[in-house]
Amino acid sequence: MPTSENLLWLIALPLFSSAILLLAGKRANSWGHVMGTIVSASTFTIGLVEFFAMQSRPEESRAVTQKLFTWISVGSFNVDASLLLDQLSICFVLLITGVGTLIHVYSIAYMSHDLDRRRFFAYLNLFIASMLLLVLGDSYLNLYVGWEGVGLASYLLIGFWNQKPAYATAAKKAFVANRVGDVGLSLAIMIAFATFGDVSFAGMKENVDQASSTQLTAIGLMLLLAACGKSAQFPLQSWLGDAMAGPTPVSALIHAATMVTAGVYLITRSNFVFDEAPIAQLMVLIIGGITLLFGAIIGTAKDDIKKALAASTMSQIGYMILATGLGPIGYAFAIMHLLTHGFFKASMFLGAGSVMHGMKDEVNMRKYGGIGKFMPITAITFGFGYLAIIGVPPFAGFYSKDKIIETAFNEGGMKGLALGLATLLGAMITAFYMTRVVILTFFGNERWGHKDEPHESPALMLIPIALLSVGSIASGYILSRGEALVHWLEPVVNPLKEHHEELLPPIVVSLMTLGVVAIGVTVAILKYRGVQADHAPEKVSVLTKAARRDLYQDDFNEATLMRPGQVLVRNLLNIDYLVIDGLVRSVGKVSVTAGNQLRTLQNGYVRSYALLMVIGALALITTIWVVTA
Amino acid sequence: MNLLTLVGALPLVGAALIYLIPTKDSELVKKFALLVTSLVAIAAIFLAVGFDKSITSLQYAQSYSWIPTFNINFALGIDGISLVLILLSTILVPIVILATWNESEGGRWSVKTFYVLILILETMMVGVFAASDLFLFYVFFEAMLIPVYFLIGGYGTGNRSAAAVKFLLYSLFGGLLMLASVIGLYVIAGNQIGATFDLTQLATLEIDNQTENFLFLGFFIAFAIKAPLWPFHTWLPDAAKSATPGTSVLLLGVLDKVGTYGMIRFCLALFPDASKTFTPLIITLSVISIIYGAFMAIGQKDIKGLIAFTSISHFGFITMGIFAMTSQGMSGANLYMVNHGFSTAALFLVAGWMMSRRNSSTISDFGGLQRVTPVMAWSFFIAGMSGLALPGLSSFVSEFLVLVGTYTRYPVAAIIGTLGIVLAALYILIPIQKTLHGPITEGNENMKDLNLREKISIAPVIAIIVVMGFYPKPVLDLINPTSAKVVVDAGYSDPIAEVNK
Repeated sequence: MPTSENLLWLIALPLFSSAILLLAGKRANSWGHVMGTIVSASTFTIGLVEFFAMQSRPEESRAVTQKLFTWISVGSFNVDASLLLDQLSICFVLLITGVGTLIHVYSIAYMSHDLDRRRFFAYLNLFIASMLLLVLGDSYLNLYVGWEGVGLASYLLIGFWNQKPAYATAAKKAFVANRVGDVGLSLAIMIAFATFGDVSFAGMKENVDQASSTQLTAIGLMLLLAACGKSAQFPLQSWLGDAMAGPTPVSALIHAATMVTAGVYLITRSNFVFDEAPIAQLMVLIIGGITLLFGAIIGTAKDDIKKALAASTMSQIGYMILATGLGPIGYAFAIMHLLTHGFFKASMFLGAGSVMHGMKDEVNMRKYGGIGKFMPITAITFGFGYLAIIGVPPFAGFYSKDKIIETAFNEGGMKGLALGLATLLGAMITAFYMTRVVILTFFGNERWGHKDEPHESPALMLIPIALLSVGSIASGYILSRGEALVHWLEPVVNPLKEHHEELLPPIVVSLMTLGVVAIGVTVAILKYRGVQADHAPEKVSVLTKAARRDLYQDDFNEATLMRPGQVLVRNLLNIDYLVIDGLVRSVGKVSVTAGNQLRTLQNGYVRSYALLMVIGALALITTIWVVTA
Repeated sequence: MNLLTLVGALPLVGAALIYLIPTKDSELVKKFALLVTSLVAIAAIFLAVGFDKSITSLQYAQSYSWIPTFNINFALGIDGISLVLILLSTILVPIVILATWNESEGGRWSVKTFYVLILILETMMVGVFAASDLFLFYVFFEAMLIPVYFLIGGYGTGNRSAAAVKFLLYSLFGGLLMLASVIGLYVIAGNQIGATFDLTQLATLEIDNQTENFLFLGFFIAFAIKAPLWPFHTWLPDAAKSATPGTSVLLLGVLDKVGTYGMIRFCLALFPDASKTFTPLIITLSVISIIYGAFMAIGQKDIKGLIAFTSISHFGFITMGIFAMTSQGMSGANLYMVNHGFSTAALFLVAGWMMSRRNSSTISDFGGLQRVTPVMAWSFFIAGMSGLALPGLSSFVSEFLVLVGTYTRYPVAAIIGTLGIVLAALYILIPIQKTLHGPITEGNENMKDLNLREKISIAPVIAIIVVMGFYPKPVLDLINPTSAKVVVDAGYSDPIAEVNK
């Protein structure tokens, strides 16, 4: 495989820039944002150079590697710090650095009044470096470093205004939920090592036929768990809504376009595992299906514009995850939707940021209304994103989402029907909630209740939005023309050469989709046209109430994990003091005087100790048996 | 003069010389102690430079007859494992001295005495890791308690006397069990190969199973108290809460490692069969320690108690790695000892600065420090990230090696251990949120950020944490050959052998 010396710079430049910005302190306040943006733009340039170089090479020698150094080597466990840029990772490199750079530019204006703007850019650069490492690492352990690196950057950015306790809590929640996913990634790596003696993508792929299907299923399920944490999939999705506490550019870059899609990357990268592990693949489909509906339902009830968009992100990633479960052809469509979604969702988030900028940071859509005429450019670009996400031709989402729906139906049988209907239903709800967002925000009566009219945002914010809009309009057509992306990714995901059976002709699927979309849009228009109140109605259906509370996921987690955990901790504190240390103390006492011993006997402690010791011994023996079985 | 002897003796000489400095001149005492310990650290680095990584037998070995009647020798020598622990100890001591420049003041005794104790302790630490004669090891092992006892009891805070006594009695109890085993072993040696305390010779003894089990337990319990392993842990939080932050760094960072080091050096090498017998129990206790320590840490209201319990959780990882009996687990455990030393040092030193500024160790007394004292907050944050084993920082490498090494032999234990990483996120992020984030708590508005001395002392620790996360190779190169040998000598081979790539 050819090597490239440029890959390191992709990661090293933003990493150093981040370190400099953090270490230089206030001295860098005047130029920090400029440096951060230039560095991000340079990584995009390197990405483009590598892309064109890759394109000019014949298909079999497109992937390049760069070995940096031996990272961990003990016995047969050998992991190099080594980078791999292939057809799959270049897609992400361009998305991350391209959208990333636009968002850097946007943030210069958006964060201009924030005293800590330099720190913000330091975190953004740290994120870019980590995310690039995530997609460039050539083994699961290298990926893991980027994986937690983006988690750290996300934590820091969600909690950027952590002087507000709720925001600090949101940051912590995101980190912890991600850690649950990381357990999956850790275990997947351990099982992979025990199975293959290797944790690199290439090494595992080569020997995949030596692994048993149980081992592959276990690896696949653990990877899925990891993906659920990072990509906010059911049942680990509850952190994403709260993550909107971060500044809006962060929501656009990390919690819409890039980091949250890392789970899709992980599964696509691990295609050789999932292709041989049908049970894991089925779970992928189920999780994706549940989440795409879950997110869409939540999206219908949110009044916070960012949380509505976050629910939408969750739902759209559900589509991608579902697609990755559809086998070789599905991967390419998942990546296609991931790329188009990267454009239109980032543009809508930045649009939401622009609205907030003009509305004194108000996020409640019930206090919006009629903003379109004050912020025409924001409204038009948001409109492009809207048309893209609901899938109106020829906007980007039409191409990418239709392909997923089509492939879902083509699975055939009850499975295909169930998946197809779920994706169709999702498309209908998406059309509904997005129409709701657009009407509540840009149309209707003005409800903000103060005299200052909203103002359009500065050019530094509008230009990035406009450029992303170009993506919302054209990316779908470009990527799907002549199945460009499918062919491009072919060497990585090995789509089966034989032609996939088409149960439904594409045109039928498209018409069906457009039909349900039209229904969704119409219902929303009927419901939200006319004068709206400036607060949410209180008498609402049970379903709306549930959706407002994120379908009770937080309540469920609190009842089943947090509160029992707190009780456990409280009891352990007592046991530690009274029983374990109590024994120590009483042994101390006993040895001092016999009188103390007698008193201890009399107060009944010994009996309870004896009982506890018996219980403890039994528990210990059981644990030994379980642990070392 | 042998370089190893120099590293060991230099602090003792320094302690003697400090006595020539007038008691009043405490600044000079401190500077001199810093100078001596820095020289020791440099000498230890030279020790590493001259160390031949390719051989696994003891290097810098030397032996002098000490008590000929019992054939006790003053025998020293180091392999890769002892070397990295000596490096850890000798590098930490000057950092601790610089970082906690003023904590020797206001104690029961003079500043001078404090540094004499620290220097004596440093000699003991080098000695305990370098001893290759069982009796000599035992002497260092027990004698170490004395300076620590005085450091806690004389210079600590709160209920320092009680904590010091508890620490001493608990350790003496373990030491007594170990002494019985040492004598037993000596007697058996006398019957079989002639009286000796030489470790290499003792390892060749043929001991019947039951006797071996008892002798093993004598050693193991002593080390499990030291490490400490659940349920022998309750002295540690008390000691850590009462000791000064500097003493705590040495206590948790170095002295506790004597326990895990002892398990490798003595339990495994001398009693391989008994080790095999007790492995299921020990793996189980380790897993309990990991989870139990983590839950207890989550419930702590006191910063020092928190760090103590996180350490108990981490020691669980170390013992699990040791007794998993794979080269990854063993190397991981050894690396863990080093990494935990530095990361606990970072946590305790920064926590110490926070506590002395606020005059409180209660977590809820802090808040919003990120905006008042950014450098201190960042230092605490990075130390915390190392505590939760963030990939890219040193502790991740060792924790992952332990887990992957354990998984290949005891998958269930490794899976439960892996759940610990979620708990780690909680026990680190909850106190970080309470201390660094949120509104600025009353009384903290004018807190001063780190001064130059403090910055200089924490910088190398953070640098080590970061560099070792990305490039652990130099240390692993020292550890790997010895670790592999330990596993092979104990009669095991890796379940996942070399792969045919």
